[in-house]
Amino acid sequence: MSHISPVLWQFLQHWLSNFPLWPPEASTIAPQMDALYFFMVLVSLVGLTIVVLLMISFSILYRRSRHPVAVQIEGSTLLEATWTIIPLGLFLIMFVWGSLIYFRVYTPPNNAMNIYIVGKQWMWKAEHPGGQHEIDALHVPIGRPVQLTIISQDVFHSFSIPAFRVKREAIPGHYTSVWFQATEPGTYHLFCTQYCGTNHSAMIGQVVAMKPDDYKKWLEESTSGQSLAQNGERIFASLSCGACHSGRADARGPNLASVFGSKLTLSTGQTVNVDEAYLRQAILNPSEHITEGYAPIMPTYQGQISEDGVIALVEYIKSLNSNYRVDQTLTTTDLLPESEGPKSAPAPAAKGAVKQ
Amino acid sequence: MNYLSKENGLLSWLLTGDHKRIAMLYLISITFFFFIGGALAGLIRLELLTPQSDLMATDTYNKVFSMHGIIMVFLFLVPSVPATIGNFVLPMMIGAKDLALPKINLLSWYLYIAAGAMMIYTMAAGGVDTGWTFTVPLSTHFLNTNVISAGLAVFVAGFSSVFTGLNFIVTVHKMRCPGMTWFRLPLFIWSHYAASILMVLGTPVLAITLVLVVMERAMGIGVFDPAKGGDPILFQHLFWFYSHPAVYIMILPGMGVISEVVSTFSRKRVFGYTAVAFSSVAIAVFAFFVWEHHMFIMGVSNYSTLVFSLLTMLVAVPSAIKIFNWTFTLYKGSVTFETPMLYSFGFMGLFTIGGLTGVFLAATGTDIHLTETYFIVAHFHFVMVGGMLMAFLSGVHFWWPKITGRMYPEKISQLAALITFIGFNFTFFPQFILGTLGMPRRYAAYPPEFQTLNVFSTAGATILGVGYLLPILYLTWSLKYGEIAGDNPWQATGLEWQTQSPPLTENFPETPVMDHEAYDYEWLERTRQKEVPSVG
Repeated sequence: MSHISPVLWQFLQHWLSNFPLWPPEASTIAPQMDALYFFMVLVSLVGLTIVVLLMISFSILYRRSRHPVAVQIEGSTLLEATWTIIPLGLFLIMFVWGSLIYFRVYTPPNNAMNIYIVGKQWMWKAEHPGGQHEIDALHVPIGRPVQLTIISQDVFHSFSIPAFRVKREAIPGHYTSVWFQATEPGTYHLFCTQYCGTNHSAMIGQVVAMKPDDYKKWLEESTSGQSLAQNGERIFASLSCGACHSGRADARGPNLASVFGSKLTLSTGQTVNVDEAYLRQAILNPSEHITEGYAPIMPTYQGQISEDGVIALVEYIKSLNSNYRVDQTLTTTDLLPESEGPKSAPAPAAKGAVKQ
Repeated sequence: MNYLSKENGLLSWLLTGDHKRIAMLYLISITFFFFIGGALAGLIRLELLTPQSDLMATDTYNKVFSMHGIIMVFLFLVPSVPATIGNFVLPMMIGAKDLALPKINLLSWYLYIAAGAMMIYTMAAGGVDTGWTFTVPLSTHFLNTNVISAGLAVFVAGFSSVFTGLNFIVTVHKMRCPGMTWFRLPLFIWSHYAASILMVLGTPVLAITLVLVVMERAMGIGVFDPAKGGDPILFQHLFWFYSHPAVYIMILPGMGVISEVVSTFSRKRVFGYTAVAFSSVAIAVFAFFVWEHHMFIMGVSNYSTLVFSLLTMLVAVPSAIKIFNWTFTLYKGSVTFETPMLYSFGFMGLFTIGGLTGVFLAATGTDIHLTETYFIVAHFHFVMVGGMLMAFLSGVHFWWPKITGRMYPEKISQLAALITFIGFNFTFFPQFILGTLGMPRRYAAYPPEFQTLNVFSTAGATILGVGYLLPILYLTWSLKYGEIAGDNPWQATGLEWQTQSPPLTENFPETPVMDHEAYDYEWLERTRQKEVPSVG
């Protein structure tokens, strides 16, 4: 065989052996999506075969040498109805089936653990609630729903894990979310699939799905010593947020304890659900998010905090909820004036604020 | 005496009001840009031969695929069939002397040339790397390339397309010859009419969007900038509000070509004429209400995706109707396999695959996995290249005898059609698998396990390149050495075939009267027997 061209030989040996034709199925949604995919492949193959077979057999049966004079036919309402209704019916099945999967992928369950993803030219940063940071990598446990809250710091990116069959756009100025539950331990591709400039194709990384014990070990080894909420508390202090959001009855800003997850009435009379996206907007663009009964005095923090910083603040505000019920120290005057100092270190009491 | 020989000299061409001469000007200019776009595609495939980014810097690669997209979409696909073949045969098909607004027609060619010149300037000045989608905020705040000149080039090209569309609409309404009722129009006219409506209503939205991008970049007005209270998602809505209908602007005229060709070479009326005619209109109407399917993963409301997914499923139905009607046109026909017919068969097969894979993307669930990957790239190349380019080549061969008065050489062009079909499948079919594996589009480098399929794709592109070069050679050859064609070499029924080849400047010696239905081969037979001497 070696007398054939060496390049061709190399191609045959090297490239034709062992290349994948199907991505690994490593999440709970993957087999569901693949089932629909195969259904569509099947319908497409049947449809294509029908069209091609008809074309070939008509071409043979009615070629001019065999069928010199055409028979003029106007059409057939019955046939028109057939090839309108049957494709329509099949497409409607695909529509319903597809939408069921879509709603599943983009509706995270309540018990999902949340990891923040920040995309920037040209890297992915993952922020775990326990304070672990990762660049171009994401470690997740198998068997547990994981929600990703995704944002971009600059241009559109898109966070794609083909093995899990999930993908979500990372949009500047706007949180998006997606969730998955990994099933198979392993290392999988992580891609940016939205064109984002020079090094778009280098904005790739690895998703490592781990058995729960391994994951626990990884969390412990990778801890930065500061949880995300503790980081947020530091930012909260250094920006003197506590001056107004002191939690006291006479405070100029609303009490932030238990605000996350609540329904809030704004000065415009509008009622909003306080979620991560709302908190982010209220920090960066406060004049349009004034809680009823408060004056529009809060300055904007647009451009002063990075998306990572906003995420930490949001996690901190979320943590005020549980802490408020535990010992009420964080939102009382005991702590906040202390945090108001320009360079104060994080207060030790904040440890209780960590929500894992 | 004919439209080619009537006047000579460069000025007689550059100042012509004759739709046929303007069509020729278009044919030359779009062929030029097709080969620039094609060369860029060749560079893309060469880079992707290896997993590393080694042939060119990533910035260069980004520019190459961006300009490939911009040139192919705005300077080739959008004007391809309507501005060349449509321009040439649309007035003749309805028995008119010219388009309703000949000067506007010439203006639209000059606008096209202005857009082309700006695009060449953009390339000479270092190119642009926005992708053909000009996505903000990347295009407005993060790139140092020639976004403004490229954006303005597309803006100007848009006007060219609006004027062509407008001209077609007015012409079809006002210039039909006596007896040419709406339901006697060839289906080519119906599909061009539908595409014209899309051009006129859709293109201004793109124009405004690009002006906003240019203003945002030059003056920082902040419509799309979240830091200034703008919304980058708004750009996506505006852009796709044009750019989805644009897909139908590109494909509908091609469908018109297929109707003419399949009928002529089956010697049979198009099966279900009314169904095919109305499916063009249905596509044009639905086309405006499906744009959000480009944004399913962009954090739009889950419930809104239900509406857009459903409407996208519905827009697939008229295309299926057309495919089946063309297939049944062969039934009990008298079928021959000249080059235009072979390209049309290619269209029907490849467009069916392109359409069916579109359904994978219309279903929101599978779209999550497949969007922004090579699956998308394969899907729209099946529709645009496998569909539209095949239809364009089919049409060029079909009307070549009418346009030039000469036949193209049949055997070698049948071979070219076959080479194109094989090369096309080798190039783009592996990309469906790559996309399913998750390979993202617009990547200069990729993980090594994707190499084998990319090698197949690049090998296929080489074959495809040969398939596209051959027609240039033999069609040019035929201008001088081709057999004299005669008035109606295909024995086709359209009015354009009932006059001399190449036609007179006024198309017909006297205004024709349409006294029969479209595709009436029995009428043709009767006239032929009556006037035997005048044929050929």
